[in-house]
Amino acid sequence: MAVTDAKTLPPETVSPGAAETEIESSVSVASQWQLMWWKFRKHRMAMAGGVVTLIIYAIAIFVEFLSPSSPGVIRADYTWAPPQRLHFLRQTEEGMRWDPYVNGYKVEIDPEALKRTFVIDEEQIVDIGFFVRGEPYKMWGLWESDLHLVGSTDAEVPVYFLGADRMGRDLLSSMIYGTRVSMSIGLLGVFLSFFLGILLGGISGFYGGTTDNLIQRIIEFIRSIPTIPLWMGLAAALPTDWPPLRIYFGITIILSFIGWTGLARVVRGRFLSLRTEDFVMAARLDGASELTTIWRHMVPSFFSHIIASLTLSIPGMILAETSLSFLGLGLRRPVVSWGVLLQEAQNIRSVATAPWLLIPGLAVLVAVLALNFLGDGLRDAADPYNR
Amino acid sequence: MLQFLLRRLLYMVPTLLAISIVAFVIIQLPPGDFLTTMVAAMAAQDEDMDQAAMAALEEQYGLGQPVHIQYLKWMQGIVTRGDFGDSFGWNKPVSELVWGRLALTFVLSLASLLFVWVVAFPIGIYSAVKQYSIGDYFATFIGFLGLATPNFLLALILMYIAFKFFNQSVGGLFSPEYQEAPWTWGRVADLFAHLWVPVVIIGTAGTASLIRIMRANLLDELRKPYVVTARAKGLPEWRLLFKYPVRVALNPFVSTVGWVLPTLVSGAAIVSIVLSLPTTGPLLIRALLQQDMYLAASFIMLLSILTVIGTLVSDLLLAWLDPRIRME
Amino acid sequence: MESPVLIEIKNLKTHFFLDEGTVQAVNGVDFTIHQHKTLCVVGESGCGKSVTARSILQIVDQPGRIVEGEILYHRPFRLSAAGNGEWTSGETGANGNSTTEIIDLAALDPRGREIRAIRGQDISMIFQEPMTSLSPIHTVGNQITEAIKLHTDMLDDEADEHAVELLRRVGIPRPEERLGTYPFELSGGMRQRVMIAMALSCNPALLIADEPTTAVDVTTQAQILELLEELQDEYGMAIMLITHDLGVVAEMADDVVVMYLGQVAERGDVDSIFHDPKHPYTQSLLKSIPRLGVSRNRQRLDSIRGMVPDPYNRPSGCMFGPRCDHFMPGRCDAISPPAIPLGPGREVHCLLYEDE
Repeated sequence: MAVTDAKTLPPETVSPGAAETEIESSVSVASQWQLMWWKFRKHRMAMAGGVVTLIIYAIAIFVEFLSPSSPGVIRADYTWAPPQRLHFLRQTEEGMRWDPYVNGYKVEIDPEALKRTFVIDEEQIVDIGFFVRGEPYKMWGLWESDLHLVGSTDAEVPVYFLGADRMGRDLLSSMIYGTRVSMSIGLLGVFLSFFLGILLGGISGFYGGTTDNLIQRIIEFIRSIPTIPLWMGLAAALPTDWPPLRIYFGITIILSFIGWTGLARVVRGRFLSLRTEDFVMAARLDGASELTTIWRHMVPSFFSHIIASLTLSIPGMILAETSLSFLGLGLRRPVVSWGVLLQEAQNIRSVATAPWLLIPGLAVLVAVLALNFLGDGLRDAADPYNR
Repeated sequence: MLQFLLRRLLYMVPTLLAISIVAFVIIQLPPGDFLTTMVAAMAAQDEDMDQAAMAALEEQYGLGQPVHIQYLKWMQGIVTRGDFGDSFGWNKPVSELVWGRLALTFVLSLASLLFVWVVAFPIGIYSAVKQYSIGDYFATFIGFLGLATPNFLLALILMYIAFKFFNQSVGGLFSPEYQEAPWTWGRVADLFAHLWVPVVIIGTAGTASLIRIMRANLLDELRKPYVVTARAKGLPEWRLLFKYPVRVALNPFVSTVGWVLPTLVSGAAIVSIVLSLPTTGPLLIRALLQQDMYLAASFIMLLSILTVIGTLVSDLLLAWLDPRIRME
Repeated sequence: MESPVLIEIKNLKTHFFLDEGTVQAVNGVDFTIHQHKTLCVVGESGCGKSVTARSILQIVDQPGRIVEGEILYHRPFRLSAAGNGEWTSGETGANGNSTTEIIDLAALDPRGREIRAIRGQDISMIFQEPMTSLSPIHTVGNQITEAIKLHTDMLDDEADEHAVELLRRVGIPRPEERLGTYPFELSGGMRQRVMIAMALSCNPALLIADEPTTAVDVTTQAQILELLEELQDEYGMAIMLITHDLGVVAEMADDVVVMYLGQVAERGDVDSIFHDPKHPYTQSLLKSIPRLGVSRNRQRLDSIRGMVPDPYNRPSGCMFGPRCDHFMPGRCDAISPPAIPLGPGREVHCLLYEDE
């Protein structure tokens, strides 16, 4: 990832402010990245955000193993089954004992509406085990397995820790699979925008003049259009008969096509302010080529800002994908993202019947919050010489 | 000032042109032209299309002719006759469908904008002046939460709460008795009674980011030497605060309309769909899902133009507030 | 003849409480400002001279705070009650009633009414950056008349007239038109003149000038300093001039305070400081100025050995010890040198002179 790349930069690329005297003696010899780390560490919320972000991405990596079932498994006889609470201890004659279980369901029929509803049956007990055999899957598309972190010990009886949707699909599994799609679309989208942003922003900031003016007008134009209607328009134009993977990339491209402007602004702003800095002038006077000046002297001094802005633009991508999929214009089953899951909750009737369908929203909330806190902390730390 | 206004108006022309081109591209994106879609749709309903009518449409939209001719024909219709093309989904000219909805969207966005300002301005000042106080942390936390919650989710949650605990529906902008009624004072009052729910939902994210912007700007300004100068004159602290840093921080605050407005219009679109408000949102999504492209593109274009005009107004307001910009 | 005391600073300590530790920006400073005289405070950047000046007005930025000491302001009488009349010294008052009021500024609430009445009226201040020290979006007239209207009961048009008069006095051409202009329409020198006009608007007893000429070019610098001298003759205020430029000191000062790392190294009248510097720091400072005509065999210009230590790790004993050529091991790093009086208003903080 970009952060590790950045850390391998040589320590002598410290910014010009390093000469500041009012810093501890250990501070005065620390490299830029060390200073940033120290400053970042002090930001508690950012540290927490960073930890949560790491956990979320870890979940995204080990999706197949972590989810109790697969998101595509339809069980028509478990329509809108409510969440089952996981009990760790079981009451026996000798007292409480470690033995995880959930209560099973019984079916009640609403005589008025003639509707079947599931209710938790305290009498029934479904044993829960860790590292159980269950639904077979192909880990990372590489090797076959059926090992799941947690699940019912009896493969015939499904468990729904977070309930089921209208087709009896397990919400928890869908959410875990959705983590991979939602988080990766954010990351991929940001990297695409990053590429466009750094290219156009850099050109704009470095050359200035007419080029700058033109690119700025384009950015202003894109920013002045309300994004959701525009996204909707573009996403609706994606042919419905495309395979899911192509839709996924199509959506990512659409999102980053509009999302690059923010990054371009940051890059340009940095370039413009750096261009006049003495150390850049000094490098030029020393006869460094334009490319060397940019890569050796300018980029290291705003790299940290770029990382911070990148982190801060991931949430926007996630939210955009969620909104589009929620509207039915983004991803579609069998690809599951949090937005696809929330689409189930689009009308008040389903929400009233199965309020747990809103839980994927919580995942969006947590991910976006964590990334925002992380990005905020990074942005503050990005300028360690600035108090 | 007049020169400034003229220059800004001139700047708008290429923007408007670009918007119309983007809208036209959206019309052209789906495979096939709308006429074939239309014929297919009618055929599906066992209706035949009159050859003469088809030829007329073909002539009107310049179908079969090069793309730029089609674009020019479309633009010509809009500029000269206010004709945005036809919606085959509704079998009506687009112009009959958009204006009423657009007006309500405008009211909704404007109300949200006012809400955002009125709420964010004092909270932002408080957060900056009482930096690191409990109130500041609380505002920051709520702000982050507001930013992280997609507004359609907020709408869903509010609807669920209203349904579950108050057994009430929060959707719509009018009570049933005013739904189709002509405009009267009673209908206006009814509109405002319903308006606050979507306004709060749409405004939340914008409020959150504006609080953060106001706070950051004001913190910046509070450290500027002119504040010390004013303090050294013996001004009381609160008078100093409002005369100088708050006044200076107001400028970037006003200029944020430029990007808050697009977000609000975006938010209004999606929230309207969830709450089924009679604004552009639900019609736009339906048009897009049915590939009713003239209707959809007209909506997108008009919403964008609305936003551009809003931005222009904010620029003028900013120039009026800030002598540096006015005299540039 | 010694003129009456205006400000007496005793053992002033202003510290900044940061996460990284406490910065003792001003750490036990004593000196006196006399009426109608110019006191120059000289020292390297970060030696606490600006913070001392701001402490007088109680406008030290957060998280700084006066933690100890007194700033005694011997408030002279106004000849007219209008608030901006001529000042009369305690001595003149002595023939009738010599009740010069003494106020400890350090003890006042920084946000309170008393200190606000003194700011801008009795003591005013001009700053280093004329660019940013004026609000960018208020007119020059608005910013000048503000203090006038605050401290006197002049009406709007009277205040405007007074502002025009002040602008004319500080050498701004066509002052009537300038009232409506914005600071960004003026040059740096003009802005500094506006600052001076603003500071003089209530005819203060003390004008604090915090490096007023650092941000302007050399020609303007000379003009501004000349203007300050003229205005001092005319209005009779005392000036506390903060600078790191010894040339400015030589030109302007009656008295000099040399500061090093939050403490006074040496103080005295300008002649003794320049011709008979006692503290090794003052001596090295003077040696580091290039002199015309005295170039002895193309000798290299002296510079002071070492660097200013960082404020978190202050040396023990004498602050200048680690850089001093006369360093006495066992004494200089153990004892914080006390003030050693050398004459009236003249003292040095150095153990070398302890026995005298």
